[in-house]
Amino acid sequence: MVISLSEKPKVLVLLAAGINRDKDAEDAFRLAGADAERVHINDIADGRKKLKDYQILMLPGGFSFGDDIASGKVLANKLKYKLKDDLLQFIADGKLVLGVCNGFQVMAKLGILPGFDGNYLKQDVTLTYNDSGKFEDRWVHLKINPNSKCVFTRGIEKLIYVPICHGEGKFIPRDDDVLNRLQENNQVVVQYVDENGQFGPYPVNPNGSIAHIAGICNETGRVFGMMPHPENYIIRTQHPRWTREDLPDEGDGLALFRNAVSYVRENF
Amino acid sequence: MWRVEVALKTGVTDAQGNSVRRQIIEDLRVDADSVQVINVYTINANLTQEQIETVARDLLTDPITQEYKINEGFDRPFAVAIEVGFKPGVTDNAGATTVEGIEDLLGIKFSPAESVHTSKLYLLVGDVSQAEAEKICLGLLANPIIERYQIWRDGEDIISTAKKIAARTELPDFKPTVAEADLDVSDDELMEISRKGVLSLNLEEMRLIRNYFKDPRVLAEREKVGLGPRPTDIELEMLAQTWSEHCKHKIFNAKITYSEDGQTEEIDSLFKTYIRKATEEIGKEKDWLVSVFADNAGVVEFDDVHNMVFKVETHNHPSALDPYGGAVTGIVGVNRDPMGTGLGADLIFNTDIFCFGPPDFDYDKLPSSVLHPKRIFRGVRKGVEDGGNKIGIPTVNGAILFDEAYVYNPLVYCGTGGLIKKEIAGKPSHIKTVNPGDLVVMVGGRIGKDGIHGATFSSVALDEETSSAAVQIGAPIVQRKMQDALKEAREAGLYNAITDNGAGGLSSSVGEMSEFSGGCEVDLEKAPTKYPGLQPWELWVSESQERMTVAVPPEKIAEFLDLCRRRDVEATVIGVFTDSGKVQVKYDGRTVLYLDLEFVHEGLPGLRLVANWRPSPEPEPQVKDDLSGSLIKILASFNVCSKEWVIRQYDHEVQGASVVKPLVGMKNDGPSDASVIRPLVDSKRGIAVSNGINPKYGEIDTYWMAASAIDEAIRNIVAVGGDPDRIAILDNFCWGNPIHSAANSDGDHKLAQLVRAAKGCYDVAVGLGTPFISGKDSFHNEYRLENKTIAIPPTLLISAIGVVPDVERAVTMDAKTAGDIVYVLGQTFAELGGSHYYMISGSKGSQVPKVDVENALKLYRALHEAIQGGLVASCHDCSEGGIAVAAAESAFAGALGVRLELGRVPVAGEMDDAKVLFSESNSRFVVTVNPQKAQFFETTLADCAFAQVGEVIADSKFIAIGKDGKPTIDIDMDKLKEAWQRPLRW
Repeated sequence: MVISLSEKPKVLVLLAAGINRDKDAEDAFRLAGADAERVHINDIADGRKKLKDYQILMLPGGFSFGDDIASGKVLANKLKYKLKDDLLQFIADGKLVLGVCNGFQVMAKLGILPGFDGNYLKQDVTLTYNDSGKFEDRWVHLKINPNSKCVFTRGIEKLIYVPICHGEGKFIPRDDDVLNRLQENNQVVVQYVDENGQFGPYPVNPNGSIAHIAGICNETGRVFGMMPHPENYIIRTQHPRWTREDLPDEGDGLALFRNAVSYVRENF
Repeated sequence: MWRVEVALKTGVTDAQGNSVRRQIIEDLRVDADSVQVINVYTINANLTQEQIETVARDLLTDPITQEYKINEGFDRPFAVAIEVGFKPGVTDNAGATTVEGIEDLLGIKFSPAESVHTSKLYLLVGDVSQAEAEKICLGLLANPIIERYQIWRDGEDIISTAKKIAARTELPDFKPTVAEADLDVSDDELMEISRKGVLSLNLEEMRLIRNYFKDPRVLAEREKVGLGPRPTDIELEMLAQTWSEHCKHKIFNAKITYSEDGQTEEIDSLFKTYIRKATEEIGKEKDWLVSVFADNAGVVEFDDVHNMVFKVETHNHPSALDPYGGAVTGIVGVNRDPMGTGLGADLIFNTDIFCFGPPDFDYDKLPSSVLHPKRIFRGVRKGVEDGGNKIGIPTVNGAILFDEAYVYNPLVYCGTGGLIKKEIAGKPSHIKTVNPGDLVVMVGGRIGKDGIHGATFSSVALDEETSSAAVQIGAPIVQRKMQDALKEAREAGLYNAITDNGAGGLSSSVGEMSEFSGGCEVDLEKAPTKYPGLQPWELWVSESQERMTVAVPPEKIAEFLDLCRRRDVEATVIGVFTDSGKVQVKYDGRTVLYLDLEFVHEGLPGLRLVANWRPSPEPEPQVKDDLSGSLIKILASFNVCSKEWVIRQYDHEVQGASVVKPLVGMKNDGPSDASVIRPLVDSKRGIAVSNGINPKYGEIDTYWMAASAIDEAIRNIVAVGGDPDRIAILDNFCWGNPIHSAANSDGDHKLAQLVRAAKGCYDVAVGLGTPFISGKDSFHNEYRLENKTIAIPPTLLISAIGVVPDVERAVTMDAKTAGDIVYVLGQTFAELGGSHYYMISGSKGSQVPKVDVENALKLYRALHEAIQGGLVASCHDCSEGGIAVAAAESAFAGALGVRLELGRVPVAGEMDDAKVLFSESNSRFVVTVNPQKAQFFETTLADCAFAQVGEVIADSKFIAIGKDGKPTIDIDMDKLKEAWQRPLRW
């Protein structure tokens, strides 16, 4: 599919029971120059909407199915049994998938991340209860891996500052082999650091994630998930200290969405 | 039946277990070496061994961190094992989700007789006695009102003895029945009927009902529909519900003979005379009031295209019995008010205000029938997390107060704000229309026995025997699904009117909507239920959550039902709106309720009550503490101290609108006065939300409590940049029983306190030009213990919503730069009655803070102009702890110090240093200003009382120079901040 310059990249923001950061994601993609549409999972399952008509799939944050059993588990299950073929085709077509918070949890539990060797249905990592045992709303600094293939973080050199809002954000790989492979492949995209870029204990690492991992991508860099919320820092007044610091009008998080939009413009 | 246990693999951190262990040690003072949590799923379904393996492996277990066992236990050591699950019939959200997950996974459908029940198994290691095990179980893990539990000791076999939980199955002998009541009896017997049925109707009301059923016209009409001369149970229930205090506000509408100081006056309805009248008078000059006191929530204009909607409710009694479920239900319940206002607003923020007993209340003094304040606090907080966070509405504002007076009756106020386009599908969105012929559609959850009698239950006092039938647990995800689907239906213009099913259930929602068309005819057997066995009257008044009632025109019904089906939201046509003048309810074709709409809604006789004001002034105390010590004690008091532990567990970022967050400053930990949100990312216009509450003042005089609460809510909004001429307020009165009787000998005084509060509301609202747009009252906040009645102190919450013209001009409370000038705005009086300065020495005094509306309004307008002009670096309102606390908080939030000269503070009369520092006079701010802007700032404030009183300093110290020129306080900021942060750092 080729889209003309005047046409905006199309984003499907997935809706399902308990997804609640859909508006936030829609705002971010819209400000980044995309045409974002919130689509209910059932409308895809029954063919009213087709995934192939979009170039970016956004799995937003929330508490899909109440986080019952485990966060993201039941929605991952639904995607697996209702949309598997469409989803795998979407990835195979070289399109972009972004999951934030609950969206990342869904991707991890489904297996599309890390998606080693293109196997998108095998779970190798998980996200579980924060070490603190608490849900927390807290702003964190993230260091971006400059060697990562991740499309969404291309060219971002400085630390970014965004909020986390989760109770189950602790990243755990299956074992050391998985961790080593993630690191060697540069699939670790974002890590929790302090304002100077240094790793540290809680609250710098807000949930006890192994290797301070906040987000990973697949081997192609086109499928990416992260726990923190870039969509909640897209304009200056969302920053917790905008009344006391000199800040640009645009929030740190918007760059990720712009990158996605540029990628689609360049490649489709 | 299958039992699947899912445990963490060895070596994986058990965050839940650790946090339970911490609470066992800290709250219950029992030693436990370790606690492990195992998830248990009891699956009542016809699954094969292979299927259950698939379910356990692919759905219930995380392959990275967990492992499972089917029909056998993990061989892990324990001294004590405790399993806790819901009682049958109590909402088990995780169980319902698991059913859906299994259906997806196996491609099967559960039959109505199949179910999943979740429970948690706690394995405790350590030296725990049987008595301690029971204490842990009942004091922390299980609430026997809604939960079942089982305790095992080391060596006992769990699997073979675990209680089996069977699914609810068809009751073979269930027959829907309708009982009739004979009202042709003595007065005593009439009252017995009311009491036995938990109808909460008084004698006059019972007599009126008796007379209605003697009217020949009524009898003739009843005969035509096959009904006899006696009222049916469902008819009595509907009248009791509609006429309940909860729904009709009988006390606020009563005729009152009020005496004060030997003067007597007649008041015909506090609501009409003070609350609504204030709004009517203010409304003559304001053109932004859209819908006030008319709908489920108040509506005012936000901008040219949108209105904003706001409502605050109380959910006190249920939260006392089940703090978690009570709070969840409180939140999802109040969400449905803006959702059920006009054509239904989008929900944009929550606010929660709680009054609890002190968290360090002595366990030994607590009667066994009452939960410890700390447990109530933790449970309510968790409920807010699940109710607010899961639905995706940011919790942006709140307050938590602690006082021994709330040990028996905690107060839980939940509020929700909404935004709605003024016009939807070409119609004004705040108007409801119901045409005869429109269909009655129930949307969302199903009906169960939960919450039966909530409306009448909230009209009686709690006691040691209070039953569990009135307790419900909300299902946030079910509601969120319904909310999303109804929003789509609204945009497509598929319905004419919407209202929520809250107190009184269908009886209330269908009854109210019938007033628009002039009647209704309902086929009750069509209403979907959670399980069989509900009698018609139970279907009609059940308060099961997550339900809305919608009026859908017949030509749109197919599209409406199809949309709901595609969103997995249940919607059922249960009847039709008519213009017959009757509420007619049928069950299986037979009429079981037939009442004149006019009698239901207008038949209620007014109450006549007596109020006598008997103030009991106390002398002003002499406090001897040194000033530094007092400041530390006030900062460390539970009311003033940091609530960061709570706030961080609420999502205040979702929807991406936050501008002034609840926590601000250099380290994101300073206490905001109010929150500002920017609901539309493309517009700079914002909404400020705040509250004012101070029951301590009410113990002295409720008039000035009301005045102070209004002033506090307003000044908080002005402090962050809200326009004082665009603020609307809500009133929520929580009181003891104000109806005088032999058993309630100070009822007349409590009513007098209510009268004075209402007068204060009127005077200050009119004086400041701030209209009430909605409100709620909750009486009977009393607890009967043996022969004593313990009532809460009169507690008025004022919640405010205001417009911030340009959010980029908003101001936060943290001091910004060393060298900035510190100003105190507003005059300080010797007003320490009910202050925290007196409280820390155990006294109260009498000189309660007053409000001078004229000077206050002048100051608010001038300050707003200064803020709009970008002249203010920080602004913090003075409330509990006065100037001292405001200046300290402002400085440590900015990671800076402050130096004050007390002799320069504008005061009225002679005042010593302590009074200047700690007086809680209203309408004051501590403001910091860049010296280069000082001249403009002072010109803007020229007509107001204000003074330069010091400066922000780089040195991290709090220095106050006394009137004698010598430092009276010189203390490290870190010490103050630590005192302020430590108490609730759990």
